Amino acid sequence: MYTYDLIVIGGGASGIAAAIKAKELGVKKVALVDEKSYLGGVLPQCIHSGFGLVYFKEDLTGPEFTEKLVQKAKKLSFDVYSDTFVFKIIYRDYFEKLVYAVSKHGIKKLKTKTIVYSAGCRERSIYEIGVVGSRPSGIFTAGEAQTLMDIYGIMPGKNIVIVGSGDVGLIMARRFALQGANVKAVIEIMPYPGGLTRNIVQCLNDFNIPLLLSHSVLRVIGKDRIEEVEVCKVDESKKCIEDSIFRIKCDTLIISAGLVPRVELLEDLGISIDPLTKSAVVNDRLETSLPGIFVAGNALVVNDLVDYAVEQGEVAAQGASEFVFNNGISAAQWKKIKLNGNIRFFVPQLISGERDVIMYGRVISPEEKVKLEINEIKKEISFFRVRPSEMIRLRLNKDELSSVKTKSLTFSISKRSE
Amino acid sequence: MSKARVAIIGAGIVGASIARVLSRYENLEVHLIEMEVDVGWGVSKANTAILHAGYDDDPNLYPNRAKYCVRGNYLWRKWTKQLQIRASWNGSLVLSFSEEDEEELYNLLERGERNGVKGLRIIEKDEIQKLEKNASPSATLALWAPTAGQISPFEAVTALVENAVENGVILHLETKVLDIVEDGTRVTKLVTNNGEIEVDWVINATGLYADYIAELVGGSEFKITPRRGEYFLFDSTAEPKVSRILFPAPKPKSKGVVVTTTVDGNLMIGPNATDLPEEEKENKETTQEGLEEVWINASKLVKSLPSKSKVIKTFAGLRPEPTGGDFIIKPHDSLLGFINVAGMRSPGLTSAPAVAYEIPKMLLHLGARLVLKKNWNPTRKRIIRFSEVSNRRKNKLIAMNPLYGNIVCQCEMVTEAEVVEAIRRGARTIEGVKLRTRAGMGRCQGAFCRAKIAMILSRELKIKPWQVRVKGAGSEIGVGDLFSLLHE
Repeated sequence: MYTYDLIVIGGGASGIAAAIKAKELGVKKVALVDEKSYLGGVLPQCIHSGFGLVYFKEDLTGPEFTEKLVQKAKKLSFDVYSDTFVFKIIYRDYFEKLVYAVSKHGIKKLKTKTIVYSAGCRERSIYEIGVVGSRPSGIFTAGEAQTLMDIYGIMPGKNIVIVGSGDVGLIMARRFALQGANVKAVIEIMPYPGGLTRNIVQCLNDFNIPLLLSHSVLRVIGKDRIEEVEVCKVDESKKCIEDSIFRIKCDTLIISAGLVPRVELLEDLGISIDPLTKSAVVNDRLETSLPGIFVAGNALVVNDLVDYAVEQGEVAAQGASEFVFNNGISAAQWKKIKLNGNIRFFVPQLISGERDVIMYGRVISPEEKVKLEINEIKKEISFFRVRPSEMIRLRLNKDELSSVKTKSLTFSISKRSE
Repeated sequence: MSKARVAIIGAGIVGASIARVLSRYENLEVHLIEMEVDVGWGVSKANTAILHAGYDDDPNLYPNRAKYCVRGNYLWRKWTKQLQIRASWNGSLVLSFSEEDEEELYNLLERGERNGVKGLRIIEKDEIQKLEKNASPSATLALWAPTAGQISPFEAVTALVENAVENGVILHLETKVLDIVEDGTRVTKLVTNNGEIEVDWVINATGLYADYIAELVGGSEFKITPRRGEYFLFDSTAEPKVSRILFPAPKPKSKGVVVTTTVDGNLMIGPNATDLPEEEKENKETTQEGLEEVWINASKLVKSLPSKSKVIKTFAGLRPEPTGGDFIIKPHDSLLGFINVAGMRSPGLTSAPAVAYEIPKMLLHLGARLVLKKNWNPTRKRIIRFSEVSNRRKNKLIAMNPLYGNIVCQCEMVTEAEVVEAIRRGARTIEGVKLRTRAGMGRCQGAFCRAKIAMILSRELKIKPWQVRVKGAGSEIGVGDLFSLLHE
């Protein structure tokens, strides 16, 4: 049995960043475990640019971003277990967690003081968005289509319909168009796009791909391969408008309808889950309700930018190093974040007030001329526009938090009075 | 010794059971003929997977159903052991919610006794809760049938076919029977898309298509109507599950929406019952209304269902509803050598082994000679499930074959070794691998593993990656290599 101070589970951006940061902070025995044969998570299949503007101050493609991160990691010494799949975590006690992993060398049982869990997220399937009809081939999630194309060199289809206008869906619309496919439509149930504005412009407008807002895919038609989809217009309550049903012929349907953090192994341990993020409740060290187990990246919260995932990896690593050096995270009167108004979620959910904290959140619906208020610290930030697709990232510093005597902080987003 | 040639058309649960039974005879050359690329893809693939106790079927109205269900239930106990088919014999509860329902329970009890079902009892509230803590507290009484069970029907079909092939049965896949030739008194030849097969006996076990096949020799007096049932399948982690099979009091058309936990540990609810036009034999579409009906009716049986966000799949299957409602198990009236085993609607899965043992009897009666093999192998080994064995065993497996150390499907923890073994046993498609190994049956529904499985199939079958089929003909995973459309 090997003994570590820190085991990072998941070798995507946040995981690699966590391992690097932990080493930089002087943590001795660090391991990074990943199920793939290559590091980077989904980045190596994201051949488009737009990565690294914050972290590397450069506009990089996914593979380039990975390469730079891996080069940085190579200068440090930690163990990397590739092609190694973690299938069980056991919380023995405060100082001892066991990680069971399988590889072609057999079952590994690794002992560690701390864990940074950064296993990413998964895509929602066609069944999770309520599409009915038949179940033929030619239906892929966006990420799966990306894997087929840019990892394995397979062209999935010719006539493409995309469900969901989140960034992944938009990027894939362009990817298909670039390879000569006919992208017939991107269909979005909401009255506004789900992805970043730059992606609407660069991925759809530049390629004349129609975006059907307030539309929903109802039904799949086709026996062995998909032949058509039935689409309708929806009203404000997302209900199908009568007589608006039409069909689009296609041989491929791409589902890009949201991502869900993958925290099943942590759920098995009984950690507290926030129903709003569908991931762990964490404090400002990104530590879960089980001491010494931290979560970062898309396993914590589905991020817009890889830079945020990296940032969370680093925060979690700081937490892990504090745990290792001080035998745990210092006790604190954790202040609960309460939400009010147009807010879907904010993480972390608990803050100590003793250190700077970066908050990540999303709104429920688009709104203009709004303010984010945190009454307890008399903070008010104005936004010209907020959208669910654009994460709100907010740094609160130690000084403004230190005076807070209440047990909670209330975040509220509401219209600015003119 | 010259062999009599038997062609079983249809490799579903019925055809596969018959193939296994007929593989015991030295002097039969048995051909099992299937139009799909894999076995068990028709009615057998999508149904409620229940081994019924046998109290449902009125012996006056449906004598075959009444007789074969009870015997089949008994025979499956032996067959599942011999063939390592997983089954759980957890028993069923028919719940009543009104006086009318209660009366129906007593009818079922009486009918069950007449059919020879053992162990049936009417139980009251406190015992219902003891047997099933998620049963609705509004249930007044229940019929407790301890002999009912659960099976994986697809696993059962593959096990039967593997065992039959091991014992000499010749399997013809992607072979569609186009015509049946006769010489005036008896059948002589099958004409298929893959050439002709000379035959002495033909057994029509073609499920939904049994009326079409019967029509090829004329004088078919029955029609098969597809009756569609829709289902929800939940993630294996979704709670609460049920530990028994829960039924409502039955309606004339069907046994109603069932709440059950599959042998793989997933909660499943369904089916409704929608009669489709006779020609819609492939219409396995789910519908908004149908799924709603299933959800509402299932909710009535339990304290609570898991949240809808825990649903990982919705699907529909078809039951072959025959004219008259009873199984049609009999030789053709005038043409010698043609036997119908048709209309195997519920409880067809349960009845299959019992029905299969009818066939040799029928052949003897019709003048065939049957000689038992001396070295018939009754057993078959299942594919080892890596996720189910101990860590010590896992290590041994990896040491023996490092492909066990490569996890292909993360949700269900299926290894490359299992995928390769599934292909060795006949999987030619991603669906075939999935049904044999569970790769792709978890919460991500294959998004993470389909591409990897396609690459393994490509390597093992020596075909291009984009030529790998997801399901049947025309379901290739790609249209060419990444640059194929740019070169067009």
